[in-house]
Amino acid sequence: MNGRSEIRTWVSPNWRWLRGWLSQASVLLLLGLGAVVATQNLSDNLAMRGLSLGFGFLWQQAGFGIGFSIISFTETDTYWRVFAVGVTNTLVAAGLGIVFATVLGFAIGIARLAPNWSVSRLALVYVELVRNLPLLLHVLVWYNLLVRAMPPPREGISVANVAFLTNRGLYLPAASASNGGVVFAALVVAVVVTLFWVYAGRVHQYRTGRQRPVAAVSAVILVGLPLLTALTFGARFRIEVPKLHGFNFIGGYSVAPELVALVVALAIYNASFIAELVRASIESVNRGQRDAAAALGLRRGQMLRLVIIPQALRVLIPPLSNQYLQLLKASSLATVIGYPDLMNVFAGTALNQTGRAVEIMLMTMAVYLAISAAIALASGIFNHLTRIVEQ
Amino acid sequence: MSTRISTAGQPFQAAPQHAWFRRLMAWARGNLFPTPFDAALNLVIVALFAWLVASMLPWALLDATWSGGSRADCTGTGACWAFVLSRLDQFIYGFYPAAERWRVNLAGTVLILGLAALLIRAVPGKRVTGLLMLLVYPPFAFWLLKGGFLGLTGVQTDRWGGLMLTLVVGVSGIVLSFPIGVALALGRRSDLPVFHGLSVLFIELWRGLPMVTVLFMAIVMLPYFLPAGMKLDSLGLAIAGIVMFQSACLAEIVKGGLQAVPKGQYEAAKALGFGYWRTSVYIVLPQAIRIVIPGLVNNSIALLKDTTLVMVVGLFDLLNIVAAGSSDPRWLGSATEGYIFVGLVFWTLCFAMSRYSHRLEHSLRSRRQRLGGVS
Amino acid sequence: MRHRVGEIVCAAAMAALLAVPAAAGSNGTVDAIKKRGEVVCGVSTGQSTGMSTLDNKGDWQGFEVDFCRALAAALLGDATKVKFAPLEFKVAFASLQSGAVDLLARTATWTFSRDAELNLDWAGIYIYDGQGFMVAKKLNVSSAKELDGATICLTGGSTTELNLADYFRTNGMSYTPIVGNAREQNQQNLEAGRCDVYTNELGGLASSRTAMKNPDDWVLLPEVISKEPTGPVVRQDDPRFRDIVYWTLATLIAAEELGIKQANVREMASSSDNPEVKRILGTTGEFGAMLGLSKDWAVRMIEATGNYGEIFDRNLGQGSPVKLARGLNRLWTDGGLLYAPPFR
Repeated sequence: MNGRSEIRTWVSPNWRWLRGWLSQASVLLLLGLGAVVATQNLSDNLAMRGLSLGFGFLWQQAGFGIGFSIISFTETDTYWRVFAVGVTNTLVAAGLGIVFATVLGFAIGIARLAPNWSVSRLALVYVELVRNLPLLLHVLVWYNLLVRAMPPPREGISVANVAFLTNRGLYLPAASASNGGVVFAALVVAVVVTLFWVYAGRVHQYRTGRQRPVAAVSAVILVGLPLLTALTFGARFRIEVPKLHGFNFIGGYSVAPELVALVVALAIYNASFIAELVRASIESVNRGQRDAAAALGLRRGQMLRLVIIPQALRVLIPPLSNQYLQLLKASSLATVIGYPDLMNVFAGTALNQTGRAVEIMLMTMAVYLAISAAIALASGIFNHLTRIVEQ
Repeated sequence: MSTRISTAGQPFQAAPQHAWFRRLMAWARGNLFPTPFDAALNLVIVALFAWLVASMLPWALLDATWSGGSRADCTGTGACWAFVLSRLDQFIYGFYPAAERWRVNLAGTVLILGLAALLIRAVPGKRVTGLLMLLVYPPFAFWLLKGGFLGLTGVQTDRWGGLMLTLVVGVSGIVLSFPIGVALALGRRSDLPVFHGLSVLFIELWRGLPMVTVLFMAIVMLPYFLPAGMKLDSLGLAIAGIVMFQSACLAEIVKGGLQAVPKGQYEAAKALGFGYWRTSVYIVLPQAIRIVIPGLVNNSIALLKDTTLVMVVGLFDLLNIVAAGSSDPRWLGSATEGYIFVGLVFWTLCFAMSRYSHRLEHSLRSRRQRLGGVS
Repeated sequence: MRHRVGEIVCAAAMAALLAVPAAAGSNGTVDAIKKRGEVVCGVSTGQSTGMSTLDNKGDWQGFEVDFCRALAAALLGDATKVKFAPLEFKVAFASLQSGAVDLLARTATWTFSRDAELNLDWAGIYIYDGQGFMVAKKLNVSSAKELDGATICLTGGSTTELNLADYFRTNGMSYTPIVGNAREQNQQNLEAGRCDVYTNELGGLASSRTAMKNPDDWVLLPEVISKEPTGPVVRQDDPRFRDIVYWTLATLIAAEELGIKQANVREMASSSDNPEVKRILGTTGEFGAMLGLSKDWAVRMIEATGNYGEIFDRNLGQGSPVKLARGLNRLWTDGGLLYAPPFR
């Protein structure tokens, strides 16, 4: 027994090395063969149907209209423009979904830890009710509610007569300002100055141990500078309220009900997951940390800001960024309710008009993969920046 | 428990009830009325909740219509459950021929029994049952549902639908993706660069795509890469897409389990002269998988919810068949009742699974803490 | 050892995969269908009254469905050997091209670019239609020219989407499209007031009207803004299959012209003196064999579904809730456009 195992340890390193490389080579070979067969099948199938691959179709005129787009689009634009509209519409839906889901998720996650019994129970009921239902059901229910159960424009639900909710969409007042450019520039300057002031304050504290009134001064700069500019240059703000005209509202800013339904469903569903992440991250901060902070004489606000939140964030960010990724991917459900996102308008309408299934699906997949990679990268950088430096 | 028995035995002694009551009061004082503000808040929320329930109840139950052949029969002010009840068979079995539905029932019963044997701690023989459910049950259920050989008449997949199709997609997704996911997780942890690289590529590729895109791709693009004579139907293509997606997710979970297995286990196996495969199969994987069971259950919940997405490729799963039913001119306007029904079914299944996973996680953690092992 | 077994299994699987295309490479659609024993027919989503509906029991009905059944009866001798794949329009052509279905039997319009660029073939025209508009009666709109600024429901990826854009642009009007995935979604959107107008082929609109809560609340506008010839669509990879689909349609039309009906087809096969009837029904000549079909293919087909007139009437015409007039879809002898080439 003893002798055999000795021989084995003596022989195995070389043998294992060889075996490892052999198995790798054979897998590569098989995969290569598989790829060759798949490519062969693809070219056979394409040849048999008289099709060829190519992206020339992107410069053809699309010839159809799109109901909702952030960038301008007309029927005479190209398929390339359709692609761009699809990508921006996806980003708009996902971006809005992320903002609302985060706000709602944080509120509910904190409510879960509230000392009040019914507040924490209510948050628990919300989480358990929402996350155990399929997202598609959420989307369909909100779509039905907003498109099929809302009143037509003439009987629209009005909020103080400036915003209207109808089955044609949400009509919001649009704000515009003359000399808006100057005010915007002032705002940019204010942001830069504030960032510098925050940084200087931190350096000052590091050197002398004294704090400067960072928050108050920042607020004054951020509000005061643009306001001062507006007063000096005489900017006039104009708010355009949507008005009922004929069968519909005109003026103001209108949001398609499909987008509202999608964003609401994404926000509500993902908030239930974010709430659990927030709760877990706050609970993950060791109790001793709070006691230590209290012993140092930190006030409750300081304790949260300086001790608990930085540590909770480090735990929270990786799963939170993953949740954002899930939300972005889930925005493709737009296709079911007819919001013109990438899947609907490009991988749906454009695909059927051009018949370029392989090319269009590859482009669509590339977009989602690129965004996934970007989110993963951002999360990785954050992780790197906030890692605990062992001393 | 014992207090209740004693009250029943000695009805004249009020003391034990008092203790129970006092405990309730103490709990209420601590939780419901610690400060006047909390008390007010609690009262408002509880009242709102009660009002909500009270205002829903007449609609949902008291004034509801339970039978009828069209929306016109629902004359009351309440819900029209007649829509759901008159089509219940269709919602469960899809378009499966009525004479053959015993096959669906049998497959379902075996599934429930198998799962019960796996999930209930007291039932012995987990390993054998697990292997049976993973290896023998799928072909058995396939034969039972599809038929066409060994004495059963064939039932085309375009007649499958409803809850039955939802479960077929869900169960096949879980069963088929399990071995692929485990292999990918091992590949990802492998020292051999080819295995590692390929596994990472596969996992990141599928995880970065939305399920809707994967399903679309499966239906419009995948057939180009198959041999010309080979044809998968929409169900087969949809399941292929879901398995790819699912095995990538599963790989990430199993990877977590592999990382949690203490290094000493590998070293001990090496010291015993175990090779890579024997170490993996006998030592590491059993431990790793036991650790990640809660994660696997959570993943199954996500998959079950995602099966609704097969709607985009024209399959009539539970959600789609109900949505389609509510656009029948005779039942226009019944979407709310339909969605509530679908919601109830999914919620019950998912909530039960999540409670199970939660309890399992809890007992695993406490056992680990008791043993003082690594976390 | 374990390793070696794995490698052998993998190699065998690979060899099998390699062998399959070699065996299947020369096979066309017809051979594949015969081997499979069923036709896979892409139809609309099963909720289009008259075209394709899926009832409570899971039985398919409608014009598209009957055409598929006729084809299965012709090709396989059994009208039940057909599998229906309900498709949203935006995946319809991709599913046909990719080979997921054998043919599309739905209201797909024959256009130059689809024929040339998508490399598809239309095997004849079974419904001559045109694009129109349906609006609520209470809007008091009498012409499509009054639709400036309207919100319009339509189906994604369709010709109606393109025609609409052209029509509004040439008339200097603007519109907002609301793109639905299938007819039922558009109907519900129209009913709910999400859009003012639903635009589609007139036949489709007539059938949608019957699916509205109160059909009398809706009117079709007089304008017909396009020609919409719709017919069965096949891939270009098997000319023989295109021929079979085309002659299925032509025979259904010829049968109506010659008075061959579901009820009398057996009798006519044995007793008719008309030489063309005899050739169609296989009493004389070997016409079935020329297409690789059985001798009595047309008998089985007409016995299963009836002739064109019977199919139309049962699903879309006076025998159905849609009550669509035959219009252009009458026989050429009655002043319509239906015309079958001679059987000779």
